[in-house]
Amino acid sequence: MMTPKRSSAEITLIAAAFLIAAFVLVLPLALIFSFALREGLAVYVANIVEPNTLHAIWLTIMTALLVVPVNIVVGAALAWLVTRFRFRGRQLLISIVELPASMSPIVAGVVYLFLYGGQGLLGPFLQANGLQVMFTPLAIVLVSLFVTAPFAARELIPLMSQQGTEDEEAALSLGANGWQMFWHVTLPNISWALVYGAVLTNARVMGEFGAVSVVSGAIRGQTNTLPLQINLLFNDFNVTGAFAAASTLTLIAVVTLVLKSILESRRHG
Amino acid sequence: MPNQRSKHLLPGFGLTMGISLFYITLIILLPIAAMLLKVAGMGLPEFWRIISSRRAIAAYQITFSSAFYATIINGTVGLLLAWVLTRYRFPGRRILDALVDLPFALPTAVAGLVLVTLFADTGWYGQFLEPNGFKVNYTQLGIVLAMAFTSIPFVVRAVQPVLEGVDESLEAAAASLGANRWQIFTRIIWPTILPAFAGGCVLSFARSLGEFGAVVFIAGNIPGVTEIVSLLIYIRLDEYDYEAAAALAFVLLLVAFLTLAAVNALSAWQTRYVERSA
Repeated sequence: MMTPKRSSAEITLIAAAFLIAAFVLVLPLALIFSFALREGLAVYVANIVEPNTLHAIWLTIMTALLVVPVNIVVGAALAWLVTRFRFRGRQLLISIVELPASMSPIVAGVVYLFLYGGQGLLGPFLQANGLQVMFTPLAIVLVSLFVTAPFAARELIPLMSQQGTEDEEAALSLGANGWQMFWHVTLPNISWALVYGAVLTNARVMGEFGAVSVVSGAIRGQTNTLPLQINLLFNDFNVTGAFAAASTLTLIAVVTLVLKSILESRRHG
Repeated sequence: MPNQRSKHLLPGFGLTMGISLFYITLIILLPIAAMLLKVAGMGLPEFWRIISSRRAIAAYQITFSSAFYATIINGTVGLLLAWVLTRYRFPGRRILDALVDLPFALPTAVAGLVLVTLFADTGWYGQFLEPNGFKVNYTQLGIVLAMAFTSIPFVVRAVQPVLEGVDESLEAAAASLGANRWQIFTRIIWPTILPAFAGGCVLSFARSLGEFGAVVFIAGNIPGVTEIVSLLIYIRLDEYDYEAAAALAFVLLLVAFLTLAAVNALSAWQTRYVERSA
């Protein structure tokens, strides 16, 4: 790359940016793996396969496997609705979907507690029928759907409104039916944004702490997701164990960043 | 009827409307309504007693002031990073650009664990800071840093695209008319990026107000000193004081509504600005 002579202001600003990145982003990342591995690889592996941590990993993955596909399908449906049709209440619909993203995770947990909990709206009904939602994996799935509801739609709506409807109208005028149009025209056009939405949704679902800590009850080996397990281990003064559990989520975060970087450069061509 | 056809030329209106309304009702509106019903059922005097208690007011003060300081940090750092990433070409730029999103990708509990370890009195940073009087863990400074860390990307990502779009011919024209670099920044660049910058700051502030995971690790949670609103709600739930939890959650929910309104207003301002200058 050809670079013209840099001014002193430019050099100072670039140096400052790298200094900030080193102390705020790189060293914290290094610390996680350094602490996770500080007692050696054998201890690290033992910490990961410890039954409660292993169960937390399993529960976290299962939650993501349920939540991500649902929110991708709903996000695509919603984006289709608001970018392809004009109707009353359209802007309101977008605002409602955005709402969970601007709420504190604790509040997200609390609203679910007041729907399904013993003190909640449906509590007496659930109790009378012997059903339990609160403090089960189902509650974790529901609250995760809630906190990540806007993520896919947020990626799709700007893209689909920018792309317009010409391709789809052409397919229909050539005799394609609705589903053929969707599979052969719409889906290829939005596939990268869909993957991107899935990556962001997954990162948040696996890492959600506040909302899940309210609704899960954090029962060891039963309703403890990885972020809750990290908190438990830390409170038990098992710092190495906490960092071992944290390293798994950190790996997912790093993969998320790499995928995001690749997908963004694809999108910009 | 040609008019009818052009209105619903594309298929799937009924299906996507059905899916969207079903999902929004079941997953988003019903739970929020349940909490609002709980709050409505408790009566105004009781509601007021809870949200104006001394412990609650102390929690608002700590939360709002910490979020304010965190936003000032993020406004400054975010502007610097956005500027460097869009204006300069240098080796490592793409990696730096990707790294900026780390605080969003990293779970808040992991962020909290890392920060409390870094700033412990024997930690990588704490061993140098504590002898010089900067105690971070279990102080408000820790809350500010946790909030700032988890919301770094907001300002960067809001300002970056606008900064990329600043018309360089305007800058060249100003320079040819004898404007110095500072004048070009304050007269041309700053007015253009201001709406986006303000929007990023509001998002950063809102996120900081609600941040829980990172803060609980580092704050030490001392009532009246380092107890944020989210944590007070959590403690009330633990004590089975559901009314107090609902009332305080309602306050935070109201703040979220106001934030969303502010962000919408700012993005309308930006759209107008772009259209006017185009």
